[in-house]
Amino acid sequence: MLTLENVSKTYPNGVHALEKISLEVKPGEVIVIVGGSGCGKSTLLRAISGLDTPSRGRVVLDGVEIKLPQEQIGIIFQEPRLLPWLSVADNVGFGLDNRPRAERRERVAEALARVGLSDKADVWPRELSGGQAQRVAIARALVPRPQVLLLDEPFSALDAFTRTDLQDHLLYLWADTRPTLILVTHDVEEAIVLADRIFVMRPRPGQIFEEIPADLPRPRDRQSAAFDFVKRRVLAALDRSLARDARIDDRKTDAETGAAMWW
Amino acid sequence: MSLVQMSVRDEPVAVTEKPGRKPGFGRHSRLVFGLVVPVVLALGWEILVRLGLANGRLVPPPSVIFATFAELARSGELQRHILVTTSRVAAGFAIGTITGTLLGAISGYSALTRRLFDPTLQALRAIPSIAWVPLFILWFGIFEGSKITLISVGVFFPVYLGVMGAVMSVDRKLVEVGRAFRLSPVAMVRRILLPAVLPAYVIALRSGLGLGWMFVVAAELLGASEGLGFLLVDGQQLGKPAQIVAAIVAFAIIGKISDWIIVLATAPLLRWEDRFSAERVAD
Repeated sequence: MLTLENVSKTYPNGVHALEKISLEVKPGEVIVIVGGSGCGKSTLLRAISGLDTPSRGRVVLDGVEIKLPQEQIGIIFQEPRLLPWLSVADNVGFGLDNRPRAERRERVAEALARVGLSDKADVWPRELSGGQAQRVAIARALVPRPQVLLLDEPFSALDAFTRTDLQDHLLYLWADTRPTLILVTHDVEEAIVLADRIFVMRPRPGQIFEEIPADLPRPRDRQSAAFDFVKRRVLAALDRSLARDARIDDRKTDAETGAAMWW
Repeated sequence: MSLVQMSVRDEPVAVTEKPGRKPGFGRHSRLVFGLVVPVVLALGWEILVRLGLANGRLVPPPSVIFATFAELARSGELQRHILVTTSRVAAGFAIGTITGTLLGAISGYSALTRRLFDPTLQALRAIPSIAWVPLFILWFGIFEGSKITLISVGVFFPVYLGVMGAVMSVDRKLVEVGRAFRLSPVAMVRRILLPAVLPAYVIALRSGLGLGWMFVVAAELLGASEGLGFLLVDGQQLGKPAQIVAAIVAFAIIGKISDWIIVLATAPLLRWEDRFSAERVAD
């Protein structure tokens, strides 16, 4: 169980990035955080990963407070961030340095097979396409078998076709060991394809504005009416989250009133 | 330093970019083409001197230079002078590289050290290094000490600057990958920082070595009883221009070889580089 207790973050330069964020995430749950740019999504993810520490509040994983990066928490960034001087296989095995060589080789080969890049094991990262590089980054994060996997707009730099392909691929990989996924995105469709619950954030300071359940059956049909319904609801929430204060009280939208009847 | 390097880098561009180019005009033809001007000049001078149209005393024709070179090599003189000069460069290069690497790495890594030492070092760098010679001779004597110190100073600055710049410009995002995988400080240096600075480090070493060869000439011109620089001075004082040119040729050859050694030794470590020329070949 991953818990955020009143997490706030103010940067040394005075930017108030997060204000009292509280969340409870069950093991194996897929949480997607959406919000306009500058709403503190990435800051929140970095606080959970231990790369940054909150100014106030705490992040707790299974009763242990997280202050530094942990082995149980993996992170995937917006860019693949592969180390250019290591082969693809060595990149995937980067987090397994303390394991015996035979085990490392076996787990790397298995992970590469699962992301469909076995034939690229010995090439340099520069020879991969953007989508392939991001798949290697996913394999690298999953190989140490983390309990929680954080993804910071992982597919935003890819073209639409590669993006949908990788979203499906991520779900396929997730289904294996079912880690908790927390994904940050500004792509609403991506949020609905992946999430069990969607959190819409609003900026200045970053706060959770609305929680929207997205418990559609998997695999999800991007064309279905239910999908479309959740999409409109998220879009409406996003719209309101970015609106000026005068409009924030006006929370009843068509989507809201119809929330109970979408099926 | 740059002749072979240039032809190696240019070649794939020419081959892949201009598919319409006539087959056969590849690497070798280009090399031959580049030799046309020097060969024609040398042969022309040789013929002019042979025909008695020019006096070859101050500008010796190639045959005389070659004969002098062969004579020096046969008597073992050339090897002895090369060995002395090369050992001086090697010692100075080693000292300059070690101090430059250490100080550059520390200054690149710690802003405090950089603020403390860098202004002083930059001020010292502004002094033309030859200006140190009288002081070095007073401090370290007329023999090896002052020469090796001068070479070390010449090597130190490009290495220091190159390493400091390289460490400072390591991609923060890759360092963050190291943090996310909980690397210890030592592992962070070994697995992220060192490989990341290596390409820039090789360039720093090569420019340091180039300056090392430059300063060994300065040191030997200012007073030496052996070494290629001594051959230069000796040739001047005894009016033997062929000996001077032979020593210059020897400098060019061993300078190029030493640069090659660095390139060849580090090439296997840099195969991963996403270079402009590598990309062209891949296309």
